[in-house]
Amino acid sequence: MITAATSQSTSSIQPSSAGREVLLEIRGLAVHFETRRGVAKAVNDVDLSLYKGERFGLVGESGSGKSTLILSLLNMIKPPGRIVHGSAKLNRRELTNLDGEEVRQLRLSEIAMIPQGAMNSMNPVMRIGDQLELAMAEHGGGEHSVRELMEMVGLSEATERLYPHELSGGMKQRACIAQAISLSPKLILADEPTSALDVVVQRQIMQTLKNLQNRLHATVLLVGHDMGLMAQFAERVGIMYGGELVEVGEVDKIFVEPKHPYTRLLIDSISSFETKGDFRGIPGNAMSLLNPPSGCHFHPRCPNKMDKCQERPPTLKEIAPDHTASCLLYEEGENS
Amino acid sequence: MSDEFLLEARDVRKVFRGGGMLQADTATVAVDHFSLKIDADNPTFTTIAGESGSGKTTIARLLLGLVDPTSGEVRYRGRPLPDLDKVKRKQYRKEVQAIFQDPFEVYNPFYKVDHILTTPLKKFSLANSRSEIQDRVETALTAVGLRPDETLGRYPHQLSGGQRQRITTARALLLEPKLIIADEPVSMVDASLRATILESLHRLFREFGISFLYITHDLATAYQVSESLVVLYNGTVAEAGDTESIIRNPKHPYTQELIHSIPAPVPGTEWLEKPVEEKAEGKEIMEAEHQVISGCRYVHRCPKAMNKCVGQLPDLYQTGDTRGISCFLYEESVPVPDGDLTEILSTKTATIQD
Repeated sequence: MITAATSQSTSSIQPSSAGREVLLEIRGLAVHFETRRGVAKAVNDVDLSLYKGERFGLVGESGSGKSTLILSLLNMIKPPGRIVHGSAKLNRRELTNLDGEEVRQLRLSEIAMIPQGAMNSMNPVMRIGDQLELAMAEHGGGEHSVRELMEMVGLSEATERLYPHELSGGMKQRACIAQAISLSPKLILADEPTSALDVVVQRQIMQTLKNLQNRLHATVLLVGHDMGLMAQFAERVGIMYGGELVEVGEVDKIFVEPKHPYTRLLIDSISSFETKGDFRGIPGNAMSLLNPPSGCHFHPRCPNKMDKCQERPPTLKEIAPDHTASCLLYEEGENS
Repeated sequence: MSDEFLLEARDVRKVFRGGGMLQADTATVAVDHFSLKIDADNPTFTTIAGESGSGKTTIARLLLGLVDPTSGEVRYRGRPLPDLDKVKRKQYRKEVQAIFQDPFEVYNPFYKVDHILTTPLKKFSLANSRSEIQDRVETALTAVGLRPDETLGRYPHQLSGGQRQRITTARALLLEPKLIIADEPVSMVDASLRATILESLHRLFREFGISFLYITHDLATAYQVSESLVVLYNGTVAEAGDTESIIRNPKHPYTQELIHSIPAPVPGTEWLEKPVEEKAEGKEIMEAEHQVISGCRYVHRCPKAMNKCVGQLPDLYQTGDTRGISCFLYEESVPVPDGDLTEILSTKTATIQD
């Protein structure tokens, strides 16, 4: 029933770059958390298409809904949260209505996740090699042996016999990547995979991930808030604010010529070696999901605010080839 | 004269004894040969940067008197911290303030945020009347960019991380400190608010003449706010000096690796393409066990390691007025006397004031 509401916007955000095959198609997806103080719309009618073999970066601050969005793809939303409506299709197969066993089949073989805290996602009393072996057996076995997988992520044979606590943070994250790619999934979800690691190790891990992504021709959805990492890793970037996708485009376009005021401010606020003593924070506070502002959710903090911004919400519109933004600045033509 | 210095670390070393029932006895040298003086009258903004395990937080805790050094000493206005009498100790607690990483943990959830702001004023008898307390609290909140009517009377959970972190800054400011030691003050704050908080810290330095010791893993924010930079590696100083020149022209092999590892927010700079000099895994394990090493701490990962690096710790060689590098590649230069960082960092402070 919701497809009717979103169908007309679907046409405008359909990728114009012909020849690229869509792997994941999310339409009007909404995840709500029903709390005693009201409904928090953590993911609010998100439309997004990911192509086969691309590296996509999903950026947002805490509470923007980026982690909830990827958890919903694996059916990992826990009550009081639930997928209220919308669809997410992987290779035209609907993900949102799968039962437990179907999701289990899908994990690792079709979609794999590299978690944020690698240290918490391994069995502490099982050797690394055995864990990989078990995961592969549970999900139907893959074409690679444990040894090959370890080599692909740059871990030595000796590491197979170690327990998780004997590994450094970087090695643990490599072991998690080995597990994630063990059944050659089509889609790899990486939720801030390097946020707990030092920068030197982060670079090594991201290089490993990129090489594997190329080799497997998988799609990587990298979630995080480090704009530097996104600029370097992703080919396309999506920016979330308050549960909604506000801008999607190629990384070069987004960083050079951001369209949405929030994206622009976010990029300006990054500390880099180019800006000394020049502080440009975004005024105001992150929005409350329980009490969202009327109209466009960003309007209370927006420097380009217009009167109509508090009256009605914008929709994601294609404003340049392969570049969509959700802002009334770009809807003037049809409304005035 | 040492009395002139507000706070001084003299050849401080901190060893944490580890081990327990299941482990062999292990010792971690968290900080070694660390010397730094902070002047009471000339405010400085210094960053101590390092990765996890580099000892940066231990230095903060040593200077705040929260842990005792294994050897060496921390002095406040010329006196070792354990020897401070009651009056001096109270003065130390007032003049040296802390801002911690986690803006959630520092609050008692049962009290409104007013409590954390008014208590220090009462404890240190800095205000005489209720209205004076109110005035000073409101001034401090305004100074860090908060609106008093939006923050006072609220509980910590009703405020965002950014607001909470600014309130702890306001609390530190209320005591009119000479020095604020800020341990990763923005690492748990949303990206869009980081710049705002850093700006309010920098304003306190500029307008109130408060010295800062900014402790961070993030060289980009360090570059933005600080004049002087100390780069730590595994408990020892790798390189120290003027921030601008270190970032533009790092000389220690570790600093070079660190700076080149930071992903620039500019697409197409080939961060992923340039090869990383991978260190061997066995060595990584060894490091994880924090073994006590007699030589340079970076020797396992250093692409330029020489034989002598294994056996002895390099001095801090002064290669310029504002640069010290702890690496044998620079041993023709004169070592900094006693490895005291102030020698390198203070020159810069003097030139700023010219």
